[in-house]
Amino acid sequence: MSVAPFPPATGAGRVLGGIRDVFTSPKYGPVLVTFLLLIVVFAVGGSRYRGFVSGPVILNLFVDNAYLIVLAVGMTFVILTGGIDLSVGAVVAMSTMIAASLLQAGWSAGVVIPLILVVTSVLGLLVGLMVQVFKIQSFIATLAAMFLARGLCYVISKDSISITDPFFVALAQTKIPLGDRMSITPSVVIAIALVLVAMVVLHYTRLGRTVYAIGGSEQSGMLMGLPVARTNVLVYVISGFCSGLAGVLFTFYTLSGYSLTAVGTELDAIAAVVIGGTLLTGGYGFVLGSVLGVLVLGTIQTIITFEGTLSSWWTRIFIGVLLLVFIILQKILTARRR
Amino acid sequence: MNRIFASRLFWPVVMLLALFIVNLIAFPGFFSIELKNEHLFGSLIDIVRNGAPTLIIAIGMTLVIATRGIDLSVGAICAIAGAVACSIILGSPDPGSVGTVVVAIVVAMVISLVLGVWNGFLVAVLGIQPIIATLILMTAGRGVAMLITEGQILTVNSPPFKVLGSGFLFGLPVATVIAVAIFVLAALLTRRTALGLLIESVGINPEASRQAGVRSRGLLFAVYTFCAFCAAVAGLILTSNQTAADANNTGLFIELDAILAVVIGGTSLMGGRYSLLGTLVGALVIQTLVTTVYTVGIPPIATMVFKAAVVTVVCLLQSPTTNAAFARWRTSLSSRTRKGVAA
Repeated sequence: MSVAPFPPATGAGRVLGGIRDVFTSPKYGPVLVTFLLLIVVFAVGGSRYRGFVSGPVILNLFVDNAYLIVLAVGMTFVILTGGIDLSVGAVVAMSTMIAASLLQAGWSAGVVIPLILVVTSVLGLLVGLMVQVFKIQSFIATLAAMFLARGLCYVISKDSISITDPFFVALAQTKIPLGDRMSITPSVVIAIALVLVAMVVLHYTRLGRTVYAIGGSEQSGMLMGLPVARTNVLVYVISGFCSGLAGVLFTFYTLSGYSLTAVGTELDAIAAVVIGGTLLTGGYGFVLGSVLGVLVLGTIQTIITFEGTLSSWWTRIFIGVLLLVFIILQKILTARRR
Repeated sequence: MNRIFASRLFWPVVMLLALFIVNLIAFPGFFSIELKNEHLFGSLIDIVRNGAPTLIIAIGMTLVIATRGIDLSVGAICAIAGAVACSIILGSPDPGSVGTVVVAIVVAMVISLVLGVWNGFLVAVLGIQPIIATLILMTAGRGVAMLITEGQILTVNSPPFKVLGSGFLFGLPVATVIAVAIFVLAALLTRRTALGLLIESVGINPEASRQAGVRSRGLLFAVYTFCAFCAAVAGLILTSNQTAADANNTGLFIELDAILAVVIGGTSLMGGRYSLLGTLVGALVIQTLVTTVYTVGIPPIATMVFKAAVVTVVCLLQSPTTNAAFARWRTSLSSRTRKGVAA
């Protein structure tokens, strides 16, 4: 703990000290910085383009990034335990391919969607078992899963398959009106519901506390008698499930399955989680922070679209730079506390 | 000593031989090598030529992994090196001259070395976990390559540049000769000097090696820079082979192949002891696997599924849990036979 340079005798001093403590805490600091960043990015957009800070633009952020929010939720669980999941992009692509090919073969949506969620959860289970039972590093195990999922995409079909199933088309076209000229899609509702569930699970259940405990110190968690092994496997199942769900939402968005979709999405998801203030070594972080991270990435993307002259590959560079800044911020904040 | 060496290379070599046999059954002329126009041709030559970029990167990756690190940015560095070289060649008044190509290659190498130093800085000075530190360049690097190529696929028509990817030297493909040269260089530098020992000590226990007076910071800078150097060479070979720089696809997933080669070669991802010879065999296994998929007649698009299977099997074989289970099984087996003898 650092000592305040002046004695916080006055009320104002105490408040200032309190604010500084919150900003420099590894738990809340990065999230607050992200929140301020989001406001700044929005202000930049608003000052440059008329109609940037408006209902439709903000809602579109959610519509365009619903699947990324879902991915980031799953990734948050994994990163909170100190692991990483590189397979999510490939699993999204695999889900779109399974959906598109089975719907083309005449299966009903009511069977296909649960099937996808089960398949991706089982894949997550296998990854979790490799990590927990065989002590394989999470990034190698999920790398294998990534190869497998991408490979299976190619095996299903090399070409893009479009989806004409009435249920999927209906969900893709449904708009839930929210007042004047504003609407959201069912995907946004699903994503927000998932975020709420994840928040409850992380903060009000034993599973959630164990996830944080593993990230803090796996050894201590084990000595406290927490179900470390089970939880370590479960986070990969959760991430697999979220990837499957994100894949389904992605098909609602694009109405097609293609084996090369979502290349590099795992990086976006990881970046969103890190920017959202989750410590890469685990233990600290919030689902809501990850949502903020997704929104920051989405807003930058929107600004680049609004700009028109800036090419889309600037997005990648910006994401890289933001990632760097936040990792260094994490480093500084955790170093101060030690 | 000899026995330890043999046991480490045992499984990778068995895997390679098994793949050779499968190939030989599917395609009897697999081992034949012909001499046409003083150039060697044959399936084996194809393997050592097409596998050269992966091998080159895997050599750099081996040293990085030996320090308990990882470099995910090699694919992006490949793309950047190719993009820089091609844009210089295209921008020059005389794309066919040897001078232009040399300048292009030197500039591409220098830029890549800077990127390697950057990775080294993040890992050694800022102390960021290697996966994450190199993830930054992996994400941003392709964007940078896109900026250099301005989003285009740069096609170059420069005979001297083409030599790198599809030329021949002493009857062997130039790419293979370069790969062998880098392999020999790395082996001599790290195994004929104490360098290899120091790298391993940093990987086994960073704190202990620091207290023993090993300057880990400089070593980390060196291995990440060397890895970027290897990635740039591989990127130039790939670009030259395709005669085009494609910021999106040059070296895509090559980091995974390189890591896979290292892992198959028996170098543990936990750092420490490494085997360059193992990596060589590992790279050959991967390239032979790709060739096998073609010769056996499996659709080439399924290659990734096979790679996934190989990674999984190799990791499971190397896992401490499996080893412990094997050891238990062996002791129970031997105790049972002893009991049998006693009875």
